[in-house]
Amino acid sequence: MTLVTDTAASETIERLDAEAVNSARTRQPLYAPRKKIFPKRATGQFRRFKWLIMLVTLGIYYLTPWLRWDRGPHAPDQAVLVDLANRRFYFFFIEIWPQEFIYVAGLLVMAGVGLFLITSTVGRAWCGYTCPQTVWVDLFLVVERAIEGDRNARIKLDGAPMSAPKLAKRFSKHLIWVVIAVATGGAWVFYFADAPTLLVDIVTGQAAPVAYMTIATLTATTYVFGGLMREQVCTYMCPWPRIQAAMLDENSLTVTYNDWRGEPRSRHAKKAAAEGKTVGDCVDCNACVAVCPMGIDIRDGQQLECITCALCIDACDGVMDKLGRERGLISYATLADYNANMALATASGTDVINPDRVRDAAGGLSDKVAHFRWQKIFRPRTFVYFGTWSLIGLVMLYALLTRDRLEVNVLHDRNPQYVVLSDGSIRNGYTVKLLNMIPEPRVIFLSLDGLPGATMQVVGLDQPEGRSAAIPVDPDRLREVRIFITLPADRLNDANAKFSFVVEDKASFESDIYRASFNRPGAAR
Amino acid sequence: MSENKHIDEVSGVSTTGHEWDGIKELDNPMPRWWVWSFYATILWSLGYTIAYPAWPLISDATRGVLGYSSRQEFTTTMNAVAAQQADLRTAIAEKPLDEILADETLRRFATSAGEAAFKVNCSQCHGSGAQGSAGYPNLNDDDWLWGGDIEAIHKTIAHGVRFAGDDDTHQGEMPAFGDVLSADEIRQAAAFAVSFTGTPSDPALAEAGAQVYADNCAACHGDGGQGDASLGAPNLADAIWLYGSSEAEIAAQIRQPRHGVMPAWQARLGDPAIKQLSVYVYSLGGGQ
Repeated sequence: MTLVTDTAASETIERLDAEAVNSARTRQPLYAPRKKIFPKRATGQFRRFKWLIMLVTLGIYYLTPWLRWDRGPHAPDQAVLVDLANRRFYFFFIEIWPQEFIYVAGLLVMAGVGLFLITSTVGRAWCGYTCPQTVWVDLFLVVERAIEGDRNARIKLDGAPMSAPKLAKRFSKHLIWVVIAVATGGAWVFYFADAPTLLVDIVTGQAAPVAYMTIATLTATTYVFGGLMREQVCTYMCPWPRIQAAMLDENSLTVTYNDWRGEPRSRHAKKAAAEGKTVGDCVDCNACVAVCPMGIDIRDGQQLECITCALCIDACDGVMDKLGRERGLISYATLADYNANMALATASGTDVINPDRVRDAAGGLSDKVAHFRWQKIFRPRTFVYFGTWSLIGLVMLYALLTRDRLEVNVLHDRNPQYVVLSDGSIRNGYTVKLLNMIPEPRVIFLSLDGLPGATMQVVGLDQPEGRSAAIPVDPDRLREVRIFITLPADRLNDANAKFSFVVEDKASFESDIYRASFNRPGAAR
Repeated sequence: MSENKHIDEVSGVSTTGHEWDGIKELDNPMPRWWVWSFYATILWSLGYTIAYPAWPLISDATRGVLGYSSRQEFTTTMNAVAAQQADLRTAIAEKPLDEILADETLRRFATSAGEAAFKVNCSQCHGSGAQGSAGYPNLNDDDWLWGGDIEAIHKTIAHGVRFAGDDDTHQGEMPAFGDVLSADEIRQAAAFAVSFTGTPSDPALAEAGAQVYADNCAACHGDGGQGDASLGAPNLADAIWLYGSSEAEIAAQIRQPRHGVMPAWQARLGDPAIKQLSVYVYSLGGGQ
């Protein structure tokens, strides 16, 4: 083969604007490794507040199953207990039967609306302070810092080749994490059985397999989510960051980098000032990035990853204190205030920030700078949320305080609808369910209201046929009785087919009524 | 393609080209652990198909090394339940019926077991609610051809009625009086039978029927029409008529009686099941 070069010819050839679809120039990776985050320890008011919340939430979680609440001899004495085997839920003085699950549903609705209320006022406070993911990651980071040191030491350790000391540190860190994870999973199962008994059973290997399986599952998720995945859970697995955009408005407090006083940032502020350049308060020290548990830069603006834990505020305030500047370069601020201050800092029509415009002659922040006023919390939107939340709460509270602890349910036999007896009278059968919803044994009086002439027979109860019966019911139990009602032949035509079962507790004056009907030949439904 | 490639200005990431109301979808790479979890699910599924029955073969499927089968699990569960109920079943097999009735737990267990057996074996004739129909007795009421106490019910179920295959079966047939009495006498007897509980169409006819009844019927049905359970002779002085309560229907029954047959269940179901059925039928409301 001979390579023929013909310059003149090649110049006449048309160049096509085409590129391979998988060209390396434009190709993005399909997946990317996680960038490691080494959050630095922060100090300051928000960090202190978060320690307190962590103490309270973890305390509630671990200690609640151990609280006792005396309900008498016929009910468990655990203050908070989900008794799945007996279908009962105990919460201090409240006992919920399965058919009263509406209260739990109501609480969940309240939790949802409450989340909207909190988010519309103070942003993702749930995420930043009280979400279990945040709290446990914080706890796991405490362990990590105690063993491996703070940010720089951890970065160094991470980059170092494997050695005996590194292995020892890593091993002890993961060991403590696993212990915390086991304790977390272990605490969960105590909500479902008598805690002291279950603890002994678990330790001695006597507990039900489902207890061990639950502990194992929650140990795995706690260890993986709190120790290994951390911010990935919030960024990739949680739906709430996606919803928050719809929940925030211009008056919601969010963690905000106030670039109207921070920009242009400069690492050499004095030099720049000496050169006559205008510089902002940000010295680009990256303290806010170093403390961020999500590993983001808040100076890029409000973003999906930000859980608004406010640690960057603490970090930046510390730096501002050292520099002798006002705190709040990063602060909780609303978009409305931010926009007002931004308009103040930029000459109208330009994007260039001139931080001198927000300062007065003495160098302090100008009076024109907008600060958050707490009255901003009261807006139509938060009123609607709070109103809805309160309404549901009050309705539920009213329902709870006035709910029946004595109920009757009746199933009318439909096959056969009625039975003709040899004397020509007509008999109907009913299955009557008496619900004694208090942890005390009771004698419930069941009587007929209406259907004159009819008599009632309770199957299995040694009582004469009549129009009422005293039926003992065990504490906190439902008793099902078969009842036959017989209407004599001579009353068939004058009796109204509608009547009522009335149940009464003569001691507490509680009562309930079930409206029933009586089937007769020709009138059967 | 390249000219369609759009790079998002803010993030510097290319978009997928999808756009909704000005919102563009960034083509961010997914985290690598997602890929790992994808591979993990593949590994899991491989292990799963080895451990459990999975791959279809021509006439069978791979059995899986754990030897699991849903039928086996079902059998195990049923055996466990049976083991739980063993005490109750033994007690029902051993105890006499009146003791079963007196014991709340046994009675409940026998009633629900009997109901299940009734639905399978008895409901074809007596109806799913044991309400019967013309020719098939209603078991809810208090009228019993062969006796309504628990032992009598038990005997009837065990040995049947007029059942050729059982020596202890209930025997008792009413003669066909069409061969013995005249048509007028039969009408008179029918009118008299109605007069026990109701009003006959013609009082004179009923009056004439009294003598016919005394001569031919009272021996089995009794002077007052109260019947005789030992013969299976129905009570005529009640509101319940197996083959109809009109004079014409009664006359037809006198002329050429129909006799229902019920199989004996002792051999087929065994005594514990018969006891359970007895308790169930007894509990329907008519037991005496």
